[in-house]
Amino acid sequence: MTSAPGTVRAVRTGPGDVGGLGAPRLLWAPAALAVGLLVLPVVALVVRADWSSLLSDITSPAALAALRLSLLTSLVATAICVVLGVPLAVLLARASGWVSEVLRALVTLPLVLPPTVGGIALLYLLGRRGLLGQSLDAWFGIRLPFTTAAVVIAGAFVAMPFLVLGLEGALRTAGTQYEVVAATLGASRWTVLWRITLPLVAPGLVSGTVLCFARALGEFGATALFAGNTPGVTQTMPLAIYSAFNGAGVTQGAAVALSLLLVAAAIVVLLVARAWRPGRVG
Amino acid sequence: MSDAAWERRMSGGEVLRGRVRVRRGDFALDVAIEARPGGIVAVVGPNGAGKSTLLGALAGLLAVDDARITSGDRVLTDTAGGVHVGAERRSAVLLGQDALVFPHLSVRENVAFAPRAAGVRRAQARRSADEWLAAVGLDGFADRRPGQLSGGQRQRVALARALAARPSVLLLDEPFAQLDVRTAAELRDLVREQVRGTGAAAVLVTHDVVDALTLADHVLVLHDGVVVEEGTPLDVLTDPVHAFTAALAGLNLMAGTVVDDGERVLVGDDGPRLPLAGVVTAAGGEPVPGARAQLTFPPAAVSVVGVADRGWDSVVVDVEPGPAAVRVRTTGDVLVDLAPADAATLDLRLGAPLRLAVASSAARLRALPDA
Repeated sequence: MTSAPGTVRAVRTGPGDVGGLGAPRLLWAPAALAVGLLVLPVVALVVRADWSSLLSDITSPAALAALRLSLLTSLVATAICVVLGVPLAVLLARASGWVSEVLRALVTLPLVLPPTVGGIALLYLLGRRGLLGQSLDAWFGIRLPFTTAAVVIAGAFVAMPFLVLGLEGALRTAGTQYEVVAATLGASRWTVLWRITLPLVAPGLVSGTVLCFARALGEFGATALFAGNTPGVTQTMPLAIYSAFNGAGVTQGAAVALSLLLVAAAIVVLLVARAWRPGRVG
Repeated sequence: MSDAAWERRMSGGEVLRGRVRVRRGDFALDVAIEARPGGIVAVVGPNGAGKSTLLGALAGLLAVDDARITSGDRVLTDTAGGVHVGAERRSAVLLGQDALVFPHLSVRENVAFAPRAAGVRRAQARRSADEWLAAVGLDGFADRRPGQLSGGQRQRVALARALAARPSVLLLDEPFAQLDVRTAAELRDLVREQVRGTGAAAVLVTHDVVDALTLADHVLVLHDGVVVEEGTPLDVLTDPVHAFTAALAGLNLMAGTVVDDGERVLVGDDGPRLPLAGVVTAAGGEPVPGARAQLTFPPAAVSVVGVADRGWDSVVVDVEPGPAAVRVRTTGDVLVDLAPADAATLDLRLGAPLRLAVASSAARLRALPDA
């Protein structure tokens, strides 16, 4: 399209682009308040920290045990979410009709449910007298509640929707046209999945996995009810922070130190995820 | 598949035969098509005629109600026999309007995709990819990312990727539609050359009369799901039966009734009287007086005459640039091509009256079945 002299040409704006209209100035005030609400609490945490005892608080055996347990259970929970959630996301993205609608709603449920409710629900399912737990105990002698495995299950329960919904959105956006081309080129469904579908949504898969991990790392409510708060076994960072804050064993200073550690861990995870952008799609 | 088996695999040489019936609500497609190895059948028709549905059925991507599709002696679809070979085992490759070069793979990996999917070793597949890239004029592009290519280059990669699959059937869905004129012409040459060379049976869906004339050895005109005419591009486009084909060929088509009141004329449905003396009659016989018939004539054969001259009255509906200088659309969608000198002296405001006459030697008369 050619534009006659004197006409205003629409400028495509993007990040760092000074052209375009810009947003109404009125948005600045609420936006600034939003930033304050999100950032100031973390600032307060940093200010409140007792820097002299920070290192010893963080490196105390209890803190290290909690950190190790948190990382381990979150990693395992994330792995479970990937192994089970990716197939679910692929099926949801390619399915249509009411079954997929219902499934999508069910997948979203742990996202909107208070985690404590999730914890109670897990107890009623997998507890010693639970729906499945009864049989697990009777047939295999497996008792899940208040074990490290329970921490993993609680983490997977609350974190799975982040992966499934994020990946499903990416799959829907990617569409099926590349898959169709690959199929007519002779690729089997497995080949299409591994060589086309998943690589194309790799950024969505990575961000979904990171969110999933972050959510598992921060999980508190479901873990507290379903797994308990046993140091070294089920006491993850959030539970250790809660215990410390309530003055059970450690000081509030330790709670602050542990919180800072968790904040730092979360920031590292997010930065790593941002830096890694596989298979740039252009 | 071993590398040697892949090398020996016949690419092309198979006749594609299809009879496809699909029903979707009010729309019904019912087409028989045959494409010979190394040949291109063009399927033309307005939007919604069923062209893409036909391609989807041939590719095995669509459910069909009643169809039998064969490639050589391989049965790809046979609803009566319950046969449906999946898209990945048909050896029927799609090349569409969008090149759809896999964005996460290099150019070479794109072209090597089909051999790799068939189990050919990486080194062998890469070698074959480089050969195909050379064949489509993309020497030295193997390591590029698709994002670094122009639209024409991407379409070349898509063609190389399709050919590297050694397809028996090549399904082309307006592959030149998004390219500029020059690039489209180059790619047409390449497609013609490669289809002949590989012996693939090609079906080309297009809106473009240039595609049909330069590439196809057979043309199907699809309208509302049925083939309304077919033949060689020259026959179909010089002597069109259907209004869509006439428009595609750039010809005026006027349907009416033959009347003989001292002289033979065609009385058009909009009222104009066109003398039939000297008009060429198409195969199918001379229409008798009272019979339905249609006259086709190029816009250049229409001239603007004086009010007292023989001809018919019409008005200016539209004025646009044309091959002569100005193309005027008049009543009943009759197009008139005017040279600059004529256009400058005439009143061509919208709605202005024009008296038109057609050079009968350039017109063709065809009898129509009674309405």
